[in-house]
Amino acid sequence: MRDDLLPLAKPAPLLDRRGWAVFLAVGFILIVLVPLLNLLPGKTSAIHLPDYLIPLLGKYACYAILALSLDLVWGYAGILSLGHGAFFALGGYAMGMYLMRQIGSRGVYGNAELPDFMVFLNWKELPWYWYGFDSFPFAMLMVVLAPGILALVLGWFAFRSRVTGVYISIVTQALTFALMLAFFRNDMGFGGNNGLTDFKEILGFPVQSPDTRIGLYIASVVAMGLCFLLCRFVTLSKLGRVLLAVRDAESRVRFFGYSVTNAKLFAFTLSAVLAGIAGALYVPQVGIINPGEFSPANSIEIAIWVAVGGRGTLYGAMLGGVLINLVKTWLTGAAPELWLFVLGALFIASTLLFPKGVVGMVGQVKAKLAQRAAFAEADKKPAPGSAGGE
Amino acid sequence: MRVTAVAQSRMLPVRRHLLTRYLLVLGFVLFAALANPASSRAQSLADALSGLIGSDPKAAATALAASDDDKAKAALAALMQGKLYKRLSDDAVVIAEPDGDDFVITNAATGDVEDMLKAADIEAIALDDSVKAELAAAGVSAEAKDDTPADFAAAVNGLIADSFAAKGKAIEYLTGLSDPRAVPVLRALADGRLFTRKTDGAVVIAERSGNEQSLLLATTLESAGNASNAELDPVVVNNNLRIALRESVARLGLLSPDAGLRRDAARALLGNATPDAVALLREIWPKETNAAAKATMGRALAAADLADPATDKNRKIAAVDTLSGATDLQVRSLLQGRLAQEQDADVKAALEAGLKSVQRKLSVIGWVANLFQGISLGSVLLLAAIGLAITFGVMGVINMAHGEMIMLGAYSTYVVQEIFRAFLPPNLFDLYLVAALPVAFLVAATVGVGIERGVIRFLYGRPLETMLATWGISLMLQQAVRSVFGAPNKEVANPSWMTGSFELIGGFDITWNRLIIIVFCFLVLGLIALILRRTEFGLHMRAVTQNRAMASVMGIPTARVDALTFALGSGIAGMGGVALSQIGNVSPNLGTIYIVDSFLVVVFGGVGSLMGTLVGAMSLGVINKILEPVAGAVLGKVVVLVAIILFIQKRPRGLFAAKGRSADA
Repeated sequence: MRDDLLPLAKPAPLLDRRGWAVFLAVGFILIVLVPLLNLLPGKTSAIHLPDYLIPLLGKYACYAILALSLDLVWGYAGILSLGHGAFFALGGYAMGMYLMRQIGSRGVYGNAELPDFMVFLNWKELPWYWYGFDSFPFAMLMVVLAPGILALVLGWFAFRSRVTGVYISIVTQALTFALMLAFFRNDMGFGGNNGLTDFKEILGFPVQSPDTRIGLYIASVVAMGLCFLLCRFVTLSKLGRVLLAVRDAESRVRFFGYSVTNAKLFAFTLSAVLAGIAGALYVPQVGIINPGEFSPANSIEIAIWVAVGGRGTLYGAMLGGVLINLVKTWLTGAAPELWLFVLGALFIASTLLFPKGVVGMVGQVKAKLAQRAAFAEADKKPAPGSAGGE
Repeated sequence: MRVTAVAQSRMLPVRRHLLTRYLLVLGFVLFAALANPASSRAQSLADALSGLIGSDPKAAATALAASDDDKAKAALAALMQGKLYKRLSDDAVVIAEPDGDDFVITNAATGDVEDMLKAADIEAIALDDSVKAELAAAGVSAEAKDDTPADFAAAVNGLIADSFAAKGKAIEYLTGLSDPRAVPVLRALADGRLFTRKTDGAVVIAERSGNEQSLLLATTLESAGNASNAELDPVVVNNNLRIALRESVARLGLLSPDAGLRRDAARALLGNATPDAVALLREIWPKETNAAAKATMGRALAAADLADPATDKNRKIAAVDTLSGATDLQVRSLLQGRLAQEQDADVKAALEAGLKSVQRKLSVIGWVANLFQGISLGSVLLLAAIGLAITFGVMGVINMAHGEMIMLGAYSTYVVQEIFRAFLPPNLFDLYLVAALPVAFLVAATVGVGIERGVIRFLYGRPLETMLATWGISLMLQQAVRSVFGAPNKEVANPSWMTGSFELIGGFDITWNRLIIIVFCFLVLGLIALILRRTEFGLHMRAVTQNRAMASVMGIPTARVDALTFALGSGIAGMGGVALSQIGNVSPNLGTIYIVDSFLVVVFGGVGSLMGTLVGAMSLGVINKILEPVAGAVLGKVVVLVAIILFIQKRPRGLFAAKGRSADA
């Protein structure tokens, strides 16, 4: 018994040897090989990666971070947030505001002080909440703080009064819905319906140029890797175990004397921050952020990425995010009317047929094969004597 | 040289215009002659008319007198009045009405207004006095025999005369007919909605519908299809004519047999009546029998008194007194305007008091109106949320596809409506909504049972997964409906008994469709309460809600209860869709508009409690509507959402949470 518990007491390594190998291999392919394939071969070469793929892959990396962040709260702490799109969008807006300030006097109206939409609305001066966004470090701080503080406040209210299960889902959904309505208003000072767009440069590099795009892509992939390691670290720590326990039997954990509220709050806030980072990386690559990102449907879609990939596995969620968006990109181009059918079917199938996701399915198949092999082994050499063998 | 060029370029289009008109008339006559046996009569009319300018005018006149054709009578009357002329350009017999220096020419054979001519272009058809006497003996008088259909049409056609003076005449004439049909025509003319259709020159009243204009034939007020703006020529009026038109409309309205129209006309005169209109008002006011119309007329008179500097002080104060009984924004602004101008201190004091009283009444009405709007929104929310509350209560399942049940109900209504339009007589059309109710219930309930049996029952005990799966179903249903019916909104017509509104108190109108939906919603609520409390199925439902395991042990077929509950909840959502189709557009994403709100209603009111759902829906509706004018529609909604998020912190299980052991499921 004691021997069984021993491995739990020792802090597990972040990744085992094979895990590190895979991690580094994937990292090498994405960070070194992909940009090289884009840069080195001539445009006509068979192995040349077309330019449009770079921001697309960068976008997928952002989605993977988003999926990762939801997996942290849903897969590990059992909180199904249907409002993660809100944190993603808030991070995106913080980045978008920085990019808007970088336009300077190159806007349509040529106003050095105000973004175009404010000139259009006849505003005379910059609203106070836009102050400081011309500085990149401040904007990055806000990318982390805006979603983080919102999650902290909401989570504190919700977890303290033990709002759980579907209730927390509805509350988060209502939150993102409310934010969507608010951001659609022109008076909010975030560009209303059109959002923020028409970006010129980031840190002095032109946003549209291929080199900047490769830079952004690499930044996204690196961020993805770091976020993954961070989540891995959290989930393997003692806190991670408490979270798992909370997911499976909340009341019991509370009776053990752990602070369920604090554990959940930490996970929720960290997850929101990750989502915000994903949003901040996403915006310069797609070139626009608008209130549509807050729509409840977007947030629910994230849940399906995680569910299809496999909950509580981290890498499964990332895989799901990339896979489904690949299908989406392809299908919305090839047969747009089919996409919602496919997405709907995925929702149903992933809950009914493979609740553990793609990763879980691989595990199940593996287990089945192993069992079959074990049976075959047992059949080969008849059990010596005892009838108690299974 | 230049002048002639301009004149020519101006002449040409007119010529061409006339030419096409002649050709059209010719073509029409030819067609009619070929196709219609009655055309022989038209032929004989034309013969008789041309006989008037021939060798034996007397015989022709007698032939005309013998005819019972309206046009023959009109021609004869014109003849007696000396208004029948021969057009020199084509020897056609025409009726010419003098208009300034020109004459408005009506073709006697066709009754159509054709053009304007100078006196030199026509020649009077004179008759011997002896013939006139003979005709008079035969019963033909110089007094035009008013046969309204032809006259009304002719008068309407007179409105498209080229000069403003001629138009003024036509308006006067039309008003003189005291025909209630003239009101919409004149109103359309004043609003710039009167057109001539380029294809056939018909005078039409146009009403915007989408990108096109839907047309009413001005002469008959019958529908004449649609047309684009390019196919229509506007009938232009100037300011003088507009004033005349307003007068005419008011006059016609005041004399109309319909009390509602009389009242509208009096209201339109409030504060801007011309002396003529005031005189008319004074004349008919004592004779008015309808109380509401009388009060409005009295107010219009009082306003006129107040505006008249000649009125003495006491009468002015009495007028203010009359006016302050009103609850009308117009009266308020009128009083405000008077207050700024009035010199006399006593009248001023009376005005101030009157204004205060009107103001007070208006603010009360504002609150009542907000309350009504709120209850109306609340009842819609209730219809949307009640099924959700039931299924959530009984099965602990959040059905994200619930909104799509509403959408299916609305589309069922649309389909039933189309079936009624296509296959049943039009007088049954008003009943389609009644027929749509069971259809919508059955469609939604069937789909609901399908969802429950096909998906949800495999997911009991996993509420989060159920949410996701039902969300998937909702996406598929939306896309399916979009594929079948197309993405654009479908329009569902209100049956006649749900259109229009009535005035509860002054200045506050209640529309029938909103009122009926409120009543309907409470009927549904009562029905559900009845099912829950008085039927065996209701008993089972309540048992399963309280303790599923125990109910199952007691022999209640929980699986069947689940399926039936889902059918009931979905069916009610379907009926809610019927109601929603009456106040908004029907589109594939109709459900998503209401789904977040209905979740909040359920969460706010407490799960599985009818009372909670009722209170939740009504308070959300009313709070939304009260906040709307203060904070704006969107911000109001945001405030409500945030308030509910905060509220859930305080009462995580809603206002009417189940208590005791069953609460901890």
